[in-house]
Amino acid sequence: MKELMKGNEAIAEAAVRGGCRAFFGYPITPQNEIPEYMSWRLFEVGGTYVQAESEVAAINMVYGAAGAGARAMTSSSSPGISLKQEGISYICCSRLPCVIVNMVRGGPGLGGIQPAQSDYFQATKGGGHGDYHMLVYGPASVQECVNIMYDAFDKADKYRVPVMILGDGMLGQIMEPVELPEFKDLSKLPRKNWATYGDGTGEKRNIINSLLIEPDELEAHNKLLADTYAEMARNETMCEEYLCDDAEIVLTAYGTVARIAKSAVNILREQGKKVGLLRPITLYPFPNDAFRKVAEQDCVKEFVCTELSMGQMIEDVKLATGMLKPVHFYGRCGGNVMTPEDLVEFVLKEGK
Amino acid sequence: MAVVYKKSKMLTDTPFHYCPGCTHGIAHKLVAEVLEEMGAEGNVVGVAPVGCAVFAYKYFNCDMQEAAHGRAPAVATGIKRVLPDKFVFAYQGDGDLASIGMAEIVHAATRGEKITVIFINNAIYGMTGGQMAPTTLEGQKATTCIYGRNPEVNGHPIKMCELLATLTGPSYIARGALTDPANVRKAKKMIKTAFEHQAQKKGFSFVELLSSCPTNWGMTTEQALEYVKTDMQKLYPLGVFKEV
Repeated sequence: MKELMKGNEAIAEAAVRGGCRAFFGYPITPQNEIPEYMSWRLFEVGGTYVQAESEVAAINMVYGAAGAGARAMTSSSSPGISLKQEGISYICCSRLPCVIVNMVRGGPGLGGIQPAQSDYFQATKGGGHGDYHMLVYGPASVQECVNIMYDAFDKADKYRVPVMILGDGMLGQIMEPVELPEFKDLSKLPRKNWATYGDGTGEKRNIINSLLIEPDELEAHNKLLADTYAEMARNETMCEEYLCDDAEIVLTAYGTVARIAKSAVNILREQGKKVGLLRPITLYPFPNDAFRKVAEQDCVKEFVCTELSMGQMIEDVKLATGMLKPVHFYGRCGGNVMTPEDLVEFVLKEGK
Repeated sequence: MAVVYKKSKMLTDTPFHYCPGCTHGIAHKLVAEVLEEMGAEGNVVGVAPVGCAVFAYKYFNCDMQEAAHGRAPAVATGIKRVLPDKFVFAYQGDGDLASIGMAEIVHAATRGEKITVIFINNAIYGMTGGQMAPTTLEGQKATTCIYGRNPEVNGHPIKMCELLATLTGPSYIARGALTDPANVRKAKKMIKTAFEHQAQKKGFSFVELLSSCPTNWGMTTEQALEYVKTDMQKLYPLGVFKEV
């Protein structure tokens, strides 16, 4: 049976059902419903919750709990995610599975509190210091948030990486009907043989660490991380193709914007224009192959990348398509959101 | 032959990297001995800091996590919340705890996290080469205050035990000194009491240990210990500041 739920609350419930038993948060708009929900919900399922003194502390609590083998997560919004970057870098080096939700608001600086996609670079290119990536999803509906969140801990455990769900203020606040999955059986999860459960001594003790002071040791670790990301790219890349088979113009967008773009595609199709949509669901790894394949179609004349930023994902679109076809850009920012009609107008003006 | 002394089982065989005359080694030994005496072997997660004790994870014979600079109390919070029946301790220096990690230590304390924090106060940044610490004494020389700490320019030293003792969350706050056998024995008793508070889930427990750094103070070992006994103890008196 479907329930009507707000995006943020649906993500929180999906996290609990997916096995989250430790949440560490700090208030920031527009994601407050996640920590608010977790603050009572986790204690109902034998979990724990701390309202940390800062985002810095919250991500380091995630480090400790994830290092101790628990399914731990945090959520925040852009300025708070910036504060978490130190911890995320340490988490990536120490290979700790966890989940981080970013309900993006406009920046830079304190910016605004309205929806934006201006943290794409930060989310997909590392974000903090060092050479690392996360598994980054850009869901487009509340149901997709639920589905991705529900499996996020499994993915995090599989690759020993943090999973980031890159939403936006709209996705967090919107109410939509969702189907919630059953609780995962945590008793069936294997013991993490690298975690500090506290029972280790001698050769069996575990150390969670990101200090690799010998150059060869650190280089080998960097290569191990790179191999992990390559494997992630082979197995986890997700992309939605919509009416691209005969498209002359292909819109590209992720998250909420992809839904607006899809409406624009439908309007343009009604007008007889051959327009399609290519929507990355994983933002890292980026669906390079799907973009390349579409770019190689003879019918495709050009791409239009649309984002709530001054142009960030467009760099990956250009790389992935090998610039075989021109890539135009239409962006809004500051919390302003384009309408389908804005996109229709842009496509009719720019499209040949 | 009778065994009169044995290295604690809670220490590994890895040799310490500490400088001659440094008291980190004594502090490690005391923590390890207390944990062993309490039967905590196979029941502990420790958190190492950034600073001179950054390699503490090599020395304690238990599961360990290495925290980012100053974040050990937050990391320890995360561990303790998911492993409430294990001993969880953080081991931090003065730059780590009283400067960059001030928010983390104060809030872990005020939340009453059932963890034990061992605070090594040697009034200097050792690992980075002798810069001024938050606990550097007025007039004490450091590489970033070469004429001595001048409060007009550099501000005043912070007294952590006194500060934390004002909070409701801590159940045990004490300061010892690693200067001589009598004080070392007293310090060990404080560490034991702190871990007992944790075992009884009474609250946050904290032991500050005044320590010497001959290398960065530019002193001999004897001079450094004398400096702890006189100048340091004048500003940082020994004793129990809170016990619930």
